[in-house]
Amino acid sequence: MELNDFRVLLTVLGFLCFVGICIWAYSKHAKSGFDEAARLPFTDDDLPARGTGRQSKEG
Amino acid sequence: MQSQATYNYKVVRQFAIMTVVWGIVGMLVGVIIAAQLVWPALNLSDVGEWFHFGRLRPLHTNAVIFAFGGCALFATSYFVVQRTCHTTLFAPKLAAFTFWGWQLIIVLAAITLPLGFTSGKEYAELEWPIDILIAVVWVSYAIVFFGTIAKRKVSHIYVANWFFGAFILTVALLHIVNSAAVPVSGWKAYSAYAGAQDAMIQWWYGHNAVGFFLTAGFLGIMYYFVPKQAERPVYSYRLSVVHFWALIFTYMWAGPHHLHYTALPDWTQSLGMIFSLILLAPSWGGMINGIMTLSGAWHKLRTDPILKFLIVSLSFYGMSTFEGPMMSIKTVNALSHYTDWTVGHVHSGALGWVAMISIGAVYYLLPRMYGKTEMYSTKLITTHFWIATIGIVLYIASMWIAGVMQGLMWRATNPDGTLTYSFIESVKASYPFWTIRLVGGILFLSGMFIMFYNMVKTIAGEKAYEAPVLAPQAAHA
Repeated sequence: MELNDFRVLLTVLGFLCFVGICIWAYSKHAKSGFDEAARLPFTDDDLPARGTGRQSKEG
Repeated sequence: MQSQATYNYKVVRQFAIMTVVWGIVGMLVGVIIAAQLVWPALNLSDVGEWFHFGRLRPLHTNAVIFAFGGCALFATSYFVVQRTCHTTLFAPKLAAFTFWGWQLIIVLAAITLPLGFTSGKEYAELEWPIDILIAVVWVSYAIVFFGTIAKRKVSHIYVANWFFGAFILTVALLHIVNSAAVPVSGWKAYSAYAGAQDAMIQWWYGHNAVGFFLTAGFLGIMYYFVPKQAERPVYSYRLSVVHFWALIFTYMWAGPHHLHYTALPDWTQSLGMIFSLILLAPSWGGMINGIMTLSGAWHKLRTDPILKFLIVSLSFYGMSTFEGPMMSIKTVNALSHYTDWTVGHVHSGALGWVAMISIGAVYYLLPRMYGKTEMYSTKLITTHFWIATIGIVLYIASMWIAGVMQGLMWRATNPDGTLTYSFIESVKASYPFWTIRLVGGILFLSGMFIMFYNMVKTIAGEKAYEAPVLAPQAAHA
């Protein structure tokens, strides 16, 4: 196989890989995992007033 | 889970504070060189060559991109990766090393660039000993970041971390490949590449510095801080996954649009143009996802200046990622290249997108680093927002007008084929717009001073706060 064929093949494979990602992302299968991941910033409370952290001595 | 464990906030705190400090330094140098274009005597030729435009301009770009933007990225990524993984940093001492190492690099840049030590590669000017230090610090950063991901206490890796991870990996690759050079003395090295290939590698680096340092990293900031400040989960997680991979697959190819009509092969230029046009889709995917996160909560924009910063930054992101693909079209580029239009485009991205989202994120972080719920003055954040916005509008509008005017003057020909204008005539015609640009820059810098004052008032007399690492609780959003 010539080097340019390999380059073409790599580009096509890259594109197919992306199409695969799109199909996977919009499948019903991925939805519940995505919903769970989307809530990750809200699984803790970073406001000190409601937290139980401590003031440290170091600056 | 140990009840005593607290997040590693110290390094976040240090980087957050230095973001504001280096922001002021970098933008001050920007204002100085903008003033030099209006009053050339300000280059202080009588004193020496150290303050010439050519010496200070790389200092400005390095300071705002790598010192201001870099510190913002370190601070936010260390914060976000810990909180969304519910674990402390991996190798906290190595994290401390990234802070001091990065500050040392910035100081070395501030000394060597005015002295004239430069490799001559745009956005990669620093000479080889500093390049090696950057590589060491960056690999340490990657170890801390990915080590933290590896020891996460939750099953998913939140999308912001994907963007931060892509940014860290790619910048390591770009920096190491583009900085490959043969040293000939302690402070001089020559590129390992030659001719058109050297130019191609330089702009592969240059455009991906925009794509990964100034875009992917800041999208990471967006994907955490916009949902947090809006108190709503991201609009579409699916879209975030698709536009992440689309960005990754596409950005790598866009570099040749910096070299239209040069010695680069024509097909390479066209390829770069096509991929730049495709980039519009994933870029707008990110913008739409960020802005639509606010749907159903638009009223928050009226009262929350931090949200104003975050959402307006997304508007500028959308605007400059529309403008960029348009400018990459070869016929448009024939008009825009080498003019102030490019400078305006860069600043609508740099001030509008990168700086605004960093400022919003730092306003979010600072009080939380000191056990407070908000900044010393919310009114001053609002003032900062409006001064910054007016500054950006003045800056980019003046550069658009100046750029298009310059492009039209340079290409104008008389019926006999001679040029209608000499170059110096286009310089003379640009003066009023360079003055307006200076005013815009001064306004934006003033906003940073307000932020500095607000920061000092917020943290003065306060003790650093150490937040406990808690097990993930049921989401309440």
